[in-house]
Amino acid sequence: MDESFRLFPEEASNLARDCDHLLYYLLGVSVFFTLLIFVFVVYFALRYRRKSDNEVPPLVPSPLSLEITWSVIPFILLMIMFFWGTSVYVKMKKPPADGMQINVVGKQWMWKVQHPNGAREIDELHVPIGRPIKLMMASQDVVHSFFIPAFRIKQDVIPGSFVTQWFIATKPGVYHLFCSQYCGAEHAKMIGRVIVLRPEQYEAWLAGAPPDEPPAVAGARLFVTYGCVACHAARAPTMAGLYGSRVQLDNGRSVVADDDYLRESIIEPGAKVVAGFPPIMPSYRGQLSEEQLIDLVAYIKSLGAGASTEGGVRPLPATQPANGFSPDRAPNYPPARQTPGAEPVEVEHGRLGGRPDK
Amino acid sequence: MATIPGDLPYIPAYEAPPTYLNVAHTVRSWLLTKDHKRIALLYLFSITFFFAIGGVAATIMRVHLLAPAGLLVEEMTYNKLFTMHGVIMVWFFLIPSIPTTMGNFLIPLMIGARDLAFPKLNLASWYLFMAAGFFILLALLLGGVDTGWTFYTPYSSRSSNTYVTLAVLAIFINGFSSILTGLNFIVTIHTMRAPGMTWFRLPLFCWSHYATSLVMVLATPVLAITLALVGIERVFKVGIFDPAIGGDPVLMQHLFWFYSHPAVYIMILPAFGVVSELVTCFSRKRPFGYEFIAFSSLAIAMIGFLVWAHHMFVANISIYAGMAFSLLSFLVAVPSAIKVFNWTATLYKGSVALDTPMLCALGFIGLFTLGGLTGVMLATLGFDVHVHDTYFVIAHFHYIMVGGSVIAYFGGLHFWWPKMTGRMYNEWAGRIAAALIFLGFNLTFFPQFVLGYLGMPRRYHSYPPEFQVYNVLSTAGASILAVGYALPFFYLLWSLRYGRLAGPNPWRATGLEWQTTSPPPKDNFEKIPVVTEEAYAYYKLAPQGMAALGSVAAAEARETGGGES
Ligand code: HEC
Ligand SMILES: [Cu+2]
Ligand SMILES: [Cu+2]
Repeated sequence: MDESFRLFPEEASNLARDCDHLLYYLLGVSVFFTLLIFVFVVYFALRYRRKSDNEVPPLVPSPLSLEITWSVIPFILLMIMFFWGTSVYVKMKKPPADGMQINVVGKQWMWKVQHPNGAREIDELHVPIGRPIKLMMASQDVVHSFFIPAFRIKQDVIPGSFVTQWFIATKPGVYHLFCSQYCGAEHAKMIGRVIVLRPEQYEAWLAGAPPDEPPAVAGARLFVTYGCVACHAARAPTMAGLYGSRVQLDNGRSVVADDDYLRESIIEPGAKVVAGFPPIMPSYRGQLSEEQLIDLVAYIKSLGAGASTEGGVRPLPATQPANGFSPDRAPNYPPARQTPGAEPVEVEHGRLGGRPDK
Repeated sequence: MATIPGDLPYIPAYEAPPTYLNVAHTVRSWLLTKDHKRIALLYLFSITFFFAIGGVAATIMRVHLLAPAGLLVEEMTYNKLFTMHGVIMVWFFLIPSIPTTMGNFLIPLMIGARDLAFPKLNLASWYLFMAAGFFILLALLLGGVDTGWTFYTPYSSRSSNTYVTLAVLAIFINGFSSILTGLNFIVTIHTMRAPGMTWFRLPLFCWSHYATSLVMVLATPVLAITLALVGIERVFKVGIFDPAIGGDPVLMQHLFWFYSHPAVYIMILPAFGVVSELVTCFSRKRPFGYEFIAFSSLAIAMIGFLVWAHHMFVANISIYAGMAFSLLSFLVAVPSAIKVFNWTATLYKGSVALDTPMLCALGFIGLFTLGGLTGVMLATLGFDVHVHDTYFVIAHFHYIMVGGSVIAYFGGLHFWWPKMTGRMYNEWAGRIAAALIFLGFNLTFFPQFVLGYLGMPRRYHSYPPEFQVYNVLSTAGASILAVGYALPFFYLLWSLRYGRLAGPNPWRATGLEWQTTSPPPKDNFEKIPVVTEEAYAYYKLAPQGMAALGSVAAAEARETGGGES
């Protein structure tokens, strides 16, 4: 069939198949009812056409049983849609724990991507197949939306919070990446390519990409340059073991220290104050870019997950230990680039839509 | 008949019975009128004007999208075009369309009253509408707005450097016009029904307008508040929705859709009312399941308030919120399905005449069914994620708004045109227009479902080449649609002068509005009617009774193709 008349986008992720199966059911129900109504309307309109201008049709009773039937049958079909749709959605929303995290920052009008080893790209996203990828996304300015049709995923990237999205790419190729939420003049140009590689090609691509600091290393540096270390060495809680632990707040509640909590603690420290500490931390709103925030969070994460991830409470240190920061605690990422001057890997594809070039 | 002056005996000029149209002719008598029928016409002129502007914007966009890189306009111009198209079509055409024209004109006639409960408020609502229209045109002339009709923050409150504040002000004012209309209808239907006009004798048109009015009165204030807050944030930099100054952008989306989803029902419920009238009149049947149609309008209006976040399934709301809103959205589909089945069943064993209004009504049933079913698809969580903010959504809501509301509007306009003007339009021209609209509409919007599933995002000034085929098809459809819309403009105007005289009841319908002259006198009825039976008692008429109902102007018009009186 002619490429330009295709009806379905490529299926290139683990979620794509689910979405398409759901579509078949939805289409089936829709086509059935559309035809049903169409046939009845046309049949009645012709069969009972007015024969004479003085014609008076008989009264037709409208039995309750009929009303109930055509309320209940659609209701049941709708409930199937609901449960099926929900199960797909839940799957989309629950990333597996072992995903490889790639950071994405949207800004007018580009997507900035950073891989775990620090490698960066703009408006392109290289991913290996067969491995859960977790995107941690943030927006520098307005609402954008990260949309990969071939993966059937879409997530609004809302300024002021981190959002996540996950998938497992299943089919090597090059696919569209769109911004699907209107974001200003060049919204239609906030597009890019998703390049799905086999794992060894991905490794080679990573090795060939220009080197850069991994997020956690950059975060460690920011922790010093932004003066965090001044307090968090002495008068403020340690960052070690914070991530994922349960934090006791001064209002008697407790929260789990996840990405969003860390973000909020930096941007709006007054919102949730740790019990036993004075609310002296200044707000860093407007001072840190989204990428820097992601780096800081990555750094805090790298200092180890809390001993009490299962919901226990991290003990408040009576005396502040040496703070979390120490250069040697920076995580052990592979150096960004091992083979200087290595050629970027050639990928055997070239056109969007995932088909290899002939 | 020519009269020769001079020696012929004096023949007094034929005295036309005074109608609401010829009681007075001054501009003042129009601009200060408190007659609901004249106000309806004022609205009719105004919204036709806005429809034309919105239509021009749409036409430019469709031509532009013929080529992947775009043919006609710059990015920013394109963005302003779709914003203007959306804002004008939603607030300056669709929301007022049926209620302010047919609702204003017909509700008092249908319930046997001399006017609405608050004639002055009715006029005030038109002035508010025009003030709002003035500001929106001003915004357009000064340079336009580019936020999309959704005004999402923080883009609208911080980033956009177009005339957002002015546009927001216009919509704010426009909202009060809606509120006044809704209030007026509610009070009128409650208090001004003619003796014997019980609730269950009310025409379905009144039921659906009653439900619409509830939504107008309850939801519109939330829009006013939301847009006022957007304006305040934009002008005074108070952090409400912009996270950079401490606000919450998702809150704005919640507030916006809390109004804008019910607003969908403000646009479609009146159309349900029109279609119920058309289907019954042109099949000469009592509506199948009258109570079910009536109560399903109320059910839709009420559940419609609880589904707003289905517009936000990918806006980082919690899974549980997603589930709740998805479930409620499915529930709202049930009463809609009930309506479609009942209309279809009304045809059964009827006496079906396929005049223009009926063609529109049948077209409506088909297109609304498709729009509704794709709406149900969008309520399905896992599916919505993929098609949200793509052309699939565009196609879906145009099936509801254009395939539904606009076609019902045209159907109603043709149906009540003889009542409003006293003249028949040309029936064949009407049928051709209805057919063109139906075909053009489907060709325009059906390909967009495919485009959306393929992944083309909405509001794109340019697009990847593989989407071109469907865009070209869509533009081709739009050109047919444009002809379909332009035709009625000409033949309806033509009918004002040359159309056959309609007589009080050209369609032989049973509603009260057909028992008075066409056009009706200023006070609607010589004597307030006493109602003794439901509005659809066709079955009680013997054939002679049917003949006595009215002239056969419509039948004659059908045979001769209308014309000459
Ligand atoms: C003026 C001293 C000060 C500075 C500078 C400071 N903080 Fe804090 N921070 C505190 C105090 C005190 C608390 C505990 C009270 C509270 O929650 O506000 C705290 C709490 C936190 C928490 C929550 C800790 C927990 O155990 O839940 C995080 C995360 C954090 N800070 C990160 C940072 C980062 C990152 C920086 C630098 C960008 C920084 N802070 C700079 C004083 C400071
Ligand atoms: Cu965008
Ligand atoms: Cu909605």
